[in-house]
Amino acid sequence: MGAELTGRVLIAGNASGPLLRLESPISFWGGLDPHTGVISDPRHPDHGRRISGTVLAVPATIGSSSSSAIMLELLRNGVAPACLLLGRHDGILVLGVIVARELGYPVIPVIEMAPTALAQLPADQLVSVTEQGTVLY
Amino acid sequence: MSGIRIAGCLIAREGNVVRLTTEETAMANGAAGEAATMAMRIVVEMARLMGAEELIPISSAHIDGCLYHGDGGVEFAERLVAMNGRVSVPTTLNVGALDLLAPQRIRSSPHDTAMARRLMSAYVELGCRPTWTCAPYQVGHRPGLGEHVAWGESNAVAFANSVLGARTNRCGDFFDICCALTGRAPLAGLHLDVNRRATVVVDTKAISPRLKHTAVFYPVLGTWLGATCGSEVAVIDGLPTDLPEDWLKALGAAASSSGAVGLFHVAGVTPEAPNVRTALAGQAPLRNVLLTPQMVRATRDRLSTAGSGRIDAVAVGSPHFSLQEFAELERLSGARKFSVPFYVCTGRDVLEQLESTTGTAGLRERGVEIVVDTCVVVTPILASSGGVLMTCSGKFAHYTPANTGYEVVYGSLEDCVASAAAGRVIRDESLWS
Repeated sequence: MGAELTGRVLIAGNASGPLLRLESPISFWGGLDPHTGVISDPRHPDHGRRISGTVLAVPATIGSSSSSAIMLELLRNGVAPACLLLGRHDGILVLGVIVARELGYPVIPVIEMAPTALAQLPADQLVSVTEQGTVLY
Repeated sequence: MSGIRIAGCLIAREGNVVRLTTEETAMANGAAGEAATMAMRIVVEMARLMGAEELIPISSAHIDGCLYHGDGGVEFAERLVAMNGRVSVPTTLNVGALDLLAPQRIRSSPHDTAMARRLMSAYVELGCRPTWTCAPYQVGHRPGLGEHVAWGESNAVAFANSVLGARTNRCGDFFDICCALTGRAPLAGLHLDVNRRATVVVDTKAISPRLKHTAVFYPVLGTWLGATCGSEVAVIDGLPTDLPEDWLKALGAAASSSGAVGLFHVAGVTPEAPNVRTALAGQAPLRNVLLTPQMVRATRDRLSTAGSGRIDAVAVGSPHFSLQEFAELERLSGARKFSVPFYVCTGRDVLEQLESTTGTAGLRERGVEIVVDTCVVVTPILASSGGVLMTCSGKFAHYTPANTGYEVVYGSLEDCVASAAAGRVIRDESLWS
């Protein structure tokens, strides 16, 4: 560690975990199994990887408006990532975290970062995230 | 640090402040009941995240949250019911995870079936219309040009914005019902003129007129558009000006599966694009893209995960089949009998109209199974043995492998009919050469 990048805090919190940077945009609904946290879309380049406990960098979100529901179930089932770092996004994933907070489920920090910043983060290395939205690596 | 105090919670913790009217503030503080208070808290939080400074009244909502994904969604909806929630604008419901007219069709576990039913019931109790369709615009829910609404279901959002000229963001599950309960949406994104302007021009002059006059092209165009543009707004130039609504529906559904397209324009066709210049609002585009036959062919190929040989089922109707599509299926089917199950997914209102006009006996005799209230990629309907599914829906082609475990082959409706009769893939390749 020694380097850092700061994004915009959408949901504040501390977290750490291995950085999983998705190669392609994803729709959580139709792309991720809410029971296991495994990427289930066989056309996705990260098919078969498990997102649970990772600091998950998502370059862009696409697809279903039910992705918020998958985010809620991941949190409820204890298989969510430790933190979400979102590039281009439409608010649907962070909504799942907001609803989880309303229902009293465990929540995770969500940080918005430019896709170019996400690309600088070291894949598969341990990183930590501060309440101020800084990713230390 | 600035914030609005709502029922003891500090909202708008940083960045923009969301200004509420007197009525909205009262709602946030409990004047319209507990459910509206919670809904307003979520709407304001989303407004802050989206950079909205105020909310805008909406005239209708379409709810995607009634499809069962797990028990958390049921807990949320039932909490709103327990707090006496009631939608404040006309609201339709998207598909659920059950075919309520033929419940035996669904292979879910008893737990999932019971929870799916509880979820659907909860949304009806909140005052939503039990339309159970992903194509509410086919059953009378058609907001007008410039009307502000809050819709969920990615294809319905694309249709409402693009084909009807109404204004909605891509509302996620839970947010849609919060907007319906409060009658408000954040004034941001596609509600604003500035974000509806096209920034990409797609030129289709290199594509053969024959292909552009064929339904099978549009899911492919949509898939390419979504993958190429993500959430950018494009204006597509050079398409026939008499495009049937079903083809635009298919375009939007595919674009919002492969991308985050909430709005597209078709020059000379969609209401905000009488021509390219108007869609661009007189400004220069950020990008011009020439669509080539090679791009179209490559996209078509990517829609399939299997190539030739035996098929195990056909499924069409994503978005839900229209009356016109049923008529086309009748015409193409002729006297043929299908040797594999042929699923047609539609809304119960469309089925009712079909039954009161041409009837469904002919289709059913041929082996067509009509699925209502739901569809084959959102709930277990296909035989558990797995296999190869053929479809003319770009959205089904996109989601089938992950959601059903089936391999998928994409073709036209005519190809689907021929293949269902033969039990193996038959496709007219001449269109694509």
